[in-house]
Amino acid sequence: MIVQTIAFYLFAVVAVLSATLVVANRNPVYSVLFLILTFFNAAGLFVLLGAELLAMMLVVVYVGAVAVLFLFVVMMLDINFVELRQGFVRYLPIGLLVGLVLVAELVLVLGSGAIVPQLGQHIASPTPPLDQVGNVQALGEILYTKYFYLFQAAGFVLLVAMIGAIVLTHREREGVKRQKIAAQVARGRESVEVVKVPTGSGV
Amino acid sequence: MEIGLGHYLTVAAILFTLGVFGIFLNRKNVIIILMAVELLLLSVNINLVAFSHFLGDLVGQVFTFIILTVAAAEAAIGLAILVVYFRNRGSIAVEDINVMKG
Repeated sequence: MIVQTIAFYLFAVVAVLSATLVVANRNPVYSVLFLILTFFNAAGLFVLLGAELLAMMLVVVYVGAVAVLFLFVVMMLDINFVELRQGFVRYLPIGLLVGLVLVAELVLVLGSGAIVPQLGQHIASPTPPLDQVGNVQALGEILYTKYFYLFQAAGFVLLVAMIGAIVLTHREREGVKRQKIAAQVARGRESVEVVKVPTGSGV
Repeated sequence: MEIGLGHYLTVAAILFTLGVFGIFLNRKNVIIILMAVELLLLSVNINLVAFSHFLGDLVGQVFTFIILTVAAAEAAIGLAILVVYFRNRGSIAVEDINVMKG
């Protein structure tokens, strides 16, 4: 139990610190790297909560795909980030104000909220005991049966996002030689000439 | 000391606040704003997984799964729009994005 407590505080503190550095960093490349660190620590919190599949998904999807995409865009675009930093100090007070108000509200909600005792009778899909069914299997059993349409919709969202990203960033360039497969296939006999070459002499 | 639901909700609340704070702080830089949005979604995911664990209901994790998918799609489309915008205008400053303004 003590190990769990230490692990929780370690993950939580590192996640919060690196999230602070994501928004307050001077260099966007470092921001992306701290975003990766935040996601790793959130994955650690997920493991502590017994959500192994989601923890691994967070590492694979976020660190492996989204964060690298961010890094790619930050490094590929030639942007003057110093110029974009102007007004940082000007927006600091209003940002702090809004943040403090939000924290106060969330603390009020957390402090006054309570879970209804009879909630246990209204659980949609109870978590099976971990020693009998693992998290991945339990999640798969409801995801592929009860929430199958939702799962399909998620796949469709990803498909649309993929097509959208390709359509948006695809660029038709002038003067590039390409293979025209249709023209090649449509070629008839008349475009081929058979030449009788006498032995010993060239064409 | 026992780690309860409140601890996880506190971490998620702090992360959410940091995300909102980041949007206010970096009002000119679209990339950082997108990263702040990712932080917001992450904090919501932590909330859902924490509730799922402490209430013994697996549906919270299904929700998180869907949010993760949508967040990944959002990041991909957002960055694609950003790349196209930069190609056309040579800038990604938020105040330059006003062509469609009435």
